[in-house]
Amino acid sequence: MSLTDTIAFIFYNAIFYAAPLIFTGLGAVFTERSGVTNIGLEGVMQIGAFTGIISNLFLHDIFGGATVFVSIMIAMIVGSLFSSLLAISSVTFRSDQIIAGTALNMLAAGATIFLVKKLFEGKGQTPMVKDAITRFDIPVLENIPVIGKIFFQNVYLTSYLAILAAIVGWVILFKTPFGLRLRSVGEHPTAADTMGIKVNRMRYIGVMISGALGGIGGAIYAQSITLDYSHATISGQGFMAIAAMIFGKWNPLGMMGAAIFFGFAQSLSTIGPSIPFIKDIPTVYLYILPYVLTILAVAGFIGKSVAPKALNTPYIKGSR
Amino acid sequence: MSKRWTSILIPVLAVILGLLVGAVIIAISGYNPIVGYTQLWEGIFGDSYVIGESIRQITPYVLAGLAVAFAFKTGLFNIGVEGQLIVGWFAAVYVGISFDLPAYIHLPLAILAAGLAGAFWAFIPGILKAKLGVNEVVVTIMLNYTALHVTNALIRSIAKGDTTEQIAQTASLRIPFFEEITQYSRLHGGIFIAILTVIIIWFILEKTTLGYELKAAGFSQDASKYAGMNVPRNIVISMVISGFIAGLAGAMEGLGTFEYVSTKTAMTGIGFDGIAVAVLGGNNPIGVVFGAILFGALKYGSLNMPNPPAQIPEEMISVIIAVIIFFVASGYLFQWLYEKFSKKKGVK
Repeated sequence: MSLTDTIAFIFYNAIFYAAPLIFTGLGAVFTERSGVTNIGLEGVMQIGAFTGIISNLFLHDIFGGATVFVSIMIAMIVGSLFSSLLAISSVTFRSDQIIAGTALNMLAAGATIFLVKKLFEGKGQTPMVKDAITRFDIPVLENIPVIGKIFFQNVYLTSYLAILAAIVGWVILFKTPFGLRLRSVGEHPTAADTMGIKVNRMRYIGVMISGALGGIGGAIYAQSITLDYSHATISGQGFMAIAAMIFGKWNPLGMMGAAIFFGFAQSLSTIGPSIPFIKDIPTVYLYILPYVLTILAVAGFIGKSVAPKALNTPYIKGSR
Repeated sequence: MSKRWTSILIPVLAVILGLLVGAVIIAISGYNPIVGYTQLWEGIFGDSYVIGESIRQITPYVLAGLAVAFAFKTGLFNIGVEGQLIVGWFAAVYVGISFDLPAYIHLPLAILAAGLAGAFWAFIPGILKAKLGVNEVVVTIMLNYTALHVTNALIRSIAKGDTTEQIAQTASLRIPFFEEITQYSRLHGGIFIAILTVIIIWFILEKTTLGYELKAAGFSQDASKYAGMNVPRNIVISMVISGFIAGLAGAMEGLGTFEYVSTKTAMTGIGFDGIAVAVLGGNNPIGVVFGAILFGALKYGSLNMPNPPAQIPEEMISVIIAVIIFFVASGYLFQWLYEKFSKKKGVK
């Protein structure tokens, strides 16, 4: 392989694995900025992956080539509805957010496999989907010498949509009144309430955005990487997205950088053997890299990560 | 309503509601809930074999639940019981296959190794929290996956495959008498260790200065500090003890149920179910026993649900447990309903 080929290969694999992490991580940013931890994003991704695969299998005949994107949209809606359970229990009924999130994960793991078995005569795994997310060349840009080959030839559309989503997310969060309100209820809900912002409503929105994005993330993961759904389809990607959010300091762009890096580490464990130098590293180091780096990041060894102030505390009107 | 009364009433209501919601879901999915629950019951109490297996399932649940509950008492959320259990499981099996010792040394040594491995894994978030104020939830989640991949790599390196050999019988928790009375189920002596640990932890929390200090830190770190207690030290101690108990839960699997360890593609789930057990048990050692009996029995009994005539996938039980946890955690729901209810009465 020439150097350009190798770089192109690494880059495309990194953003290929990063796309689901970026979407889910962006969801994590929105919910945590509103003051609600969504540990249940792992479960939300499972719901998204399951919904994506099931929609893909059953809608294939109706939508043809557009099936994949229709499935992603359905997964987005279902993910959002599913995460509203977290909002109901932790925002309205003041349950501990971590406990409710854990319950969300259990529910997703149980419910999805229950339904798979119900739909496919007791088998714990769906058939493979016929339509997967495919690669294409971006017109015009692909012709730029060197750069075109690395960045714009033979890429997955979802990877670029993910990057675009992170940028849009950043603009919404930091440059719009809505973003300011969302962040204010996560930092100082009492002050926000005084200014007439409906704290609980903003938190519902934050949680449901996270569910929508986590649903998209799960659907993309399943339809581009595993192509079916079973209990092992999503194992840790949701938590890794939360890690990317923390590593990126609760900022959509920082999160995106972390997610691409984690995607790179994940992809190395699969493509590593075909790249010189990297093939000599035992894969276990590549597997644990995202998690270890996140621990170092929260410990302050790599810059300081500070969570929104009102995270994990239900807002009770009139209390100080 | 008094606090003591609600702390028992809410879990009981939650369990009843959870089972009712489960029945509705089963019915909507086109199965028969009565047949399903009958088979669930038979899967737990049907004969001496399933009773033995149910108790076997309850054993690690007691310890995992206790680990979560103990950390909770000090105001710490140990969501890393899963990872501590995995490293404990590996350590126990490693000692079990590597040494050639008489049983009265080998078995305690293997159990101790499991506890220490779990304690070490929990020491990391403990010291980071104590010294740097790092949120333990984040660190323990990250360490869960680190534990999974590290033990997988270690298993492959010592076993030259995906499963280790069987542990020496001198390190096994197997009790022939239990096997005889339960038609050779995998019920093992670990249940005594679990009960003993519950008693010790109850004693530490309720009857010792250490327990008092740990609980004080759970109520208010500032107040404990003002009273001259060493809060950072107590955080580390609490995490280490919690991790030790989680490691013991791993020993139950490694020395009792399976007597080997194999690589995993996903978490065991016992650690997360431990959170459910602790929540249902109100983070009280005695409550944890009841929580573990309920969830452990449901989990094992559910394996009988896919059999005809019910043919309900056993994953239904995870859904029911999750619903129960939603209800227990949302305790305010009951208060809210109670207030609504009493208000209406007032209007009349």
